[in-house]
Amino acid sequence: MTDATALTPAVTKPRSLPKVNSRAVVMTLYLLFLMLPIYWLINMSLKTNTEILGSFSLWPQNLTFENYVTILTDEAWYMGYVNSMIYVVMNTVISLAVALPAAYAFSRYNFLGDKHLFFWLLTNRMAPPAVFALPFFQLYSSIGLFDTHIAVALAHCLFNVPLAVWILEGFMRGVPKEIDETAYIDGYGFGRFFVKIFMPLIASGIGVAAFFCFMFSWVELLLSRTLTSVDAKPIAATMTRTVGAAGVDWGVLAAAGVLTIVPGALVIYFVRNYIAKGFALGRV
Amino acid sequence: MQQKTTNHKAWFLVLPVLVLVAFSAVIPLMTVVNYSVQDTFGNNQFFWAGLEWFQEMLSDERMWNALQRQLMFSGIILAIEFPLGIFVALNMPKSGFWSSFCLVVMSLPLLIPWNVVGTIWQIFGRVDIGLLGHTLEALGIDYNYTQDTISAWITIIVMDVWHWTSLVALLAFAGLKSIPDAYYQAARIDQANRWKVFRFIELPKMMGVLMIAILLRFMDSFMIYTEPFVVTGGGPGNATTLLSIDLVKMALGQFDLGPAAAFSLMYFLVILLISWVFYTVMVNLDKKGM
Repeated sequence: MTDATALTPAVTKPRSLPKVNSRAVVMTLYLLFLMLPIYWLINMSLKTNTEILGSFSLWPQNLTFENYVTILTDEAWYMGYVNSMIYVVMNTVISLAVALPAAYAFSRYNFLGDKHLFFWLLTNRMAPPAVFALPFFQLYSSIGLFDTHIAVALAHCLFNVPLAVWILEGFMRGVPKEIDETAYIDGYGFGRFFVKIFMPLIASGIGVAAFFCFMFSWVELLLSRTLTSVDAKPIAATMTRTVGAAGVDWGVLAAAGVLTIVPGALVIYFVRNYIAKGFALGRV
Repeated sequence: MQQKTTNHKAWFLVLPVLVLVAFSAVIPLMTVVNYSVQDTFGNNQFFWAGLEWFQEMLSDERMWNALQRQLMFSGIILAIEFPLGIFVALNMPKSGFWSSFCLVVMSLPLLIPWNVVGTIWQIFGRVDIGLLGHTLEALGIDYNYTQDTISAWITIIVMDVWHWTSLVALLAFAGLKSIPDAYYQAARIDQANRWKVFRFIELPKMMGVLMIAILLRFMDSFMIYTEPFVVTGGGPGNATTLLSIDLVKMALGQFDLGPAAAFSLMYFLVILLISWVFYTVMVNLDKKGM
């Protein structure tokens, strides 16, 4: 797989120099396009409101960390991050726990209605959150789970469980069945085989599924905002606080935005070597 | 693909998923169905309304207009993101430090909460404080996404391209990396030109992952709510009111539960129908071993 690139440059090197440059130009332009809006947000977060509204500059003239201090010292602000992290982690754990055995069943066995069930699961990934917002609100209110982390975590299972099953099934299909059979002959029970032998084999698949669950739960706002009011309010909803009677507090808004990018950036940094393979969801 | 054995006990392994999804999908969906066939005068008194709401919604301009805008939006972003994403994937360094660097930077927009994506572009596009808006104004281009329909559309489309092209590029890149070098060597021996290499080697090998990308991108763009809502709020007028924005306005804003529920169900059906087509194509590609 990886040796695909080893030979190519050596053979084409003499005449491919301009080509390499054009590649670099394309990538530089694209990455610049991606980074500019983010840079602008960081830039704004380091300015005072007077500077933001008063003058236009490409970088902060009077560097200030005031906006970040505001967020990190006010409980109403930083609890938003804590709440978001709690339900995202809960959701990832629940999604993986139920998706693992199901994906195993789909990848190994034919059973009554398996194909229909699989498509039905996927249809839940296609359900617009806007359709479910109100019914979810009523459902969780009626069972007393409104404004709890578990409510948001369960609601996000709607789209994360099908996705996790789909991803894991792709990875499990790549594991030869002989391994299962050998393990059973060696006297492993299903549970022990699954945890001790099978799960390490698809570790990268589990990582990718966890990454996607984290990603889609972290970025979602409509459901998490609808299902919470105070105690479990996500950071994304807290950000609306910056719009006050005196107009928008742009500096704090930008700083809050920058801080929501940080957890994602950290996660990406840790999985950077698996991203390319992982994004193919085990299908190449 | 390996042969599967028939074992109906596998149902027990699927059971947890079934229970969980039934709880978080079937119950709410039944609530929606319930509302869609009833009418209320408040006070929690409901009575049977049959298919009245469906007929009303189907004859209502409002839903058709939103659907039209939605199809236009999804069509445009798919038409931009796929060629651009594939083009970027072809130009990515295949290994080494710069490859990881590109991967990390490209994944960044994918992990930004959607309302922050909206906020970023809301700020970026403002004429008074945003780099984009300010630059365009300085160039003498009339740009104002809160008042001008064309500007608003361009803003939300560029925003979506910014947000999601990387997903297509990363998937295409994963597909490209799996092509054995022998294929390229064979192409060189046959003296195939760049276009033929792309058309007959790279594209077919990427087809499987690209179908996943199309399926994901179509579903997500069709359900998009937060980002355009933050930037334009559906305006100016109703110019960027896509299906989800319209639905939330109707259900949570005006509390027209009956029509909103009927709207929801038809909305869901449209997505199901189109996704089913993509899914069938994808499964067939899988079978052919691509």
